[in-house]
Amino acid sequence: MSEDFVLELEHIRKEYPGVVALKDVTLQLRRGEILGLIGENGAGKSTLIKCCSGAVIPTSGKIKINGKEFDRMTPQLAAENGIAIIYQEFNNVGELSAAENLFLGRPIRKGVVIDRKAMEEEAAKAFAQLRIKINPKELVKNLTVGYQQMIEIAKAIQQNAQVLIMDEPSAPLTTNEVESMFEVVELLRSRGVSIIYISHRLEEIFRLSDRIEVIRDGEYVKTLITDKATVNELITLMVGREMTQKYPPRKPCISDEVVLELKNLCGNGDKDINLKLHAGEVLGLGGLVGAGRTELAELLFGAKPKESGQIIYYGKEINPRSPREAIDLGIALVPEDRKRHGALLTNSIKNNINMPIYERISKASVIDSRTEHATAEKYRSDIQIKCPNVHQLVKNLSGGNQQKVILGKWLAADSKLIIFDEPTRGIDVGAKYEIYKLINDLVESGHSVLMISSEMEELMGMSDRIIVLAEGEMTGELEKEQFNSDTIMAYASGIIDQKEAMK
Amino acid sequence: MSNVNIKSLVKSNAIWLVFIAEVIIFTIASGGTFLTGSNIVNISRQVSYYGIASIGMTFVILIAGIDLSIGSIITFVNVICAFLMVNAGMNMWIAVIISLLLATAIGALNGSMVATIGIPALIATFASQTIFEGISYLISGGRPISGFTSSFGLFGRWAVGPVPVCALIMIACFALGSFILNKSYFGRYFYAIGGNEEAAELSGIRVNRVKYLIYALSGFFAGLAGIVLLSRSGSAQSTVGKGLEFDVITCVVLGGVSVNGGVGKMSGVVAGVLIIGSLTNGMILMDVSEYTQMVVKGLVLAIAVGIDCMSKKNRAA
Repeated sequence: MSEDFVLELEHIRKEYPGVVALKDVTLQLRRGEILGLIGENGAGKSTLIKCCSGAVIPTSGKIKINGKEFDRMTPQLAAENGIAIIYQEFNNVGELSAAENLFLGRPIRKGVVIDRKAMEEEAAKAFAQLRIKINPKELVKNLTVGYQQMIEIAKAIQQNAQVLIMDEPSAPLTTNEVESMFEVVELLRSRGVSIIYISHRLEEIFRLSDRIEVIRDGEYVKTLITDKATVNELITLMVGREMTQKYPPRKPCISDEVVLELKNLCGNGDKDINLKLHAGEVLGLGGLVGAGRTELAELLFGAKPKESGQIIYYGKEINPRSPREAIDLGIALVPEDRKRHGALLTNSIKNNINMPIYERISKASVIDSRTEHATAEKYRSDIQIKCPNVHQLVKNLSGGNQQKVILGKWLAADSKLIIFDEPTRGIDVGAKYEIYKLINDLVESGHSVLMISSEMEELMGMSDRIIVLAEGEMTGELEKEQFNSDTIMAYASGIIDQKEAMK
Repeated sequence: MSNVNIKSLVKSNAIWLVFIAEVIIFTIASGGTFLTGSNIVNISRQVSYYGIASIGMTFVILIAGIDLSIGSIITFVNVICAFLMVNAGMNMWIAVIISLLLATAIGALNGSMVATIGIPALIATFASQTIFEGISYLISGGRPISGFTSSFGLFGRWAVGPVPVCALIMIACFALGSFILNKSYFGRYFYAIGGNEEAAELSGIRVNRVKYLIYALSGFFAGLAGIVLLSRSGSAQSTVGKGLEFDVITCVVLGGVSVNGGVGKMSGVVAGVLIIGSLTNGMILMDVSEYTQMVVKGLVLAIAVGIDCMSKKNRAA
């Protein structure tokens, strides 16, 4: 009981309508330590830190700062009590100088006039304390991302932050910048500042932290002493749930025909992607958020141009320059952000399903309304879209049914290769099973599926083969019998590169 | 159940109730003059040109765009058509066709600025408004052009029995607009783009091409409105179209086309045109000054958009 905790979160629970984001998370931060916080995508890390900053109000649970108890936080209370968060996106104003940004919102004044000189002197002192070399007069837009982040940190320290929460701080930085950031973080610890460090990159967690807390599916899993932990142990804790979900059985249906082959494909942030996809196959694309999987889908769907390399589709090289061209070739994309990119929410089910084929079912631009209606009804019954009628607006449907409308659209367009980007995100468990069944039906009828998924279980449960990407590059390929969440996670976090390992 | 149906029926046609109420009020206030046959013919002539122009504007606003250039296009068509007929001695029909082609080209130019270059529609069409107002002055030298053949009166002055030809043109245009919106695939594309441009593109619609088409159509209908107006006035003035875009936008928005895009019906716009037309006519009958009319029309625009925005807020909540 004598331990000196600066921040304690006790039994934090956060419910959103229909979803429990945090079930029961407890976190204790000692004074002057670096606590690594890890968990898979969607484990609840961001929600948890937002509870600390007051951006999210927990449904239940307690927050204690220096032993003082708060039922809820507000952004103002958090700041007054010395809690600062460095988000992935900075709050800097590019057109102002480094010094002005440091004192943003509370400038030093001489009467009514802003005292630029005093601010620059103070800023120089603050930067020197953190051993960072920034000219206070420099405009922030001329500084690198690394220095912009330093200004954020300096701002927090300037405001007497005792707890610094850093959300994926290394994500936007180059290797050298990461090294400088580490030095600053370690310097702060030596001065008694407590730090919660969130990162996907386990090697950073090992390098910096004193203790590591793992959360999974919104629940507290375990806290470990860094020196006694191993990479494998952490990965198992992060993903090692049992396969509770059932996947519908699939008839063997992979043929030898290669539908899609990528040769050294580069562009949209991806480098040298090589893969083959057969008819009747589900090829899983694993990796962390930002690994370049969605980017690859955009390349194939013609939404972004490729830079070099080849896309070979049914034996012919193709180069789709717009979604329209890709659709006409039989390539379809079921996007990750269903409401923004997938469904036309303010249009009817009928219009959504017919959208890619309107020109085909029209004569002299006049729609054959009988075909239009029949097509909508066909897919409504084929894939069991639950709705009173096809005139219903798509925004009134559930997530699972919206996803089915999008799939119906691509089936109507006679697509051969269907790319699913996070096919079951935001869809409840029952509807997930139906989507999986539809994917099975697709491959059993000779379609090919490229499935991007950040859910490890889904990836392993649905794929025939898995390719893992990290930072725009392929880091591993696994056959069905090699599937193993630890291996996939290791490839995804870039710790192991299969190609390098085989050299 | 039937209760709900009546409610939704009233709700979706509320604009027509407004129109009927307006007619009753003006009929009583004018002591019956408002609802005489001659005044109705009068109103149909007065509304015809902005009714025609409102069809293109409906398409533009449906995709969450705006076209501020149509007043200038109307002026430009007045001047160029008169110039071709009077100064160049051209055949009336050839002059009309050339003028309409030019108006369509101006619309396509707007489309290229909005779609290809990516200039916000408000600024792009404002720029062409200024450009073509200037060009109209350069052609006419600021002097009115008149002295057309009497057969040019066809578009704005002639009538078939009691029905003015210009009203027939407007009715035909509304029918065409309604056909495009409901029966052709372009209409489906307009609603899709207005609802969500990104998702529309990812559903296979070539959004930029559709934008070209829409702004070109807006130019075309404005051009046709210009011909009707020129025929009616019998003299091309370089100030004739000034500010007309606002009357047209008011009609369209009042007719229930959401400025946020994706929502609206042609029948609503017809009602919007009739309401504004009757309002103008009724106020003239009642001797309301021109400046007071401006105040009233401005208020109507603000209220129409306000209702649209509030219902959107309610839907979101």
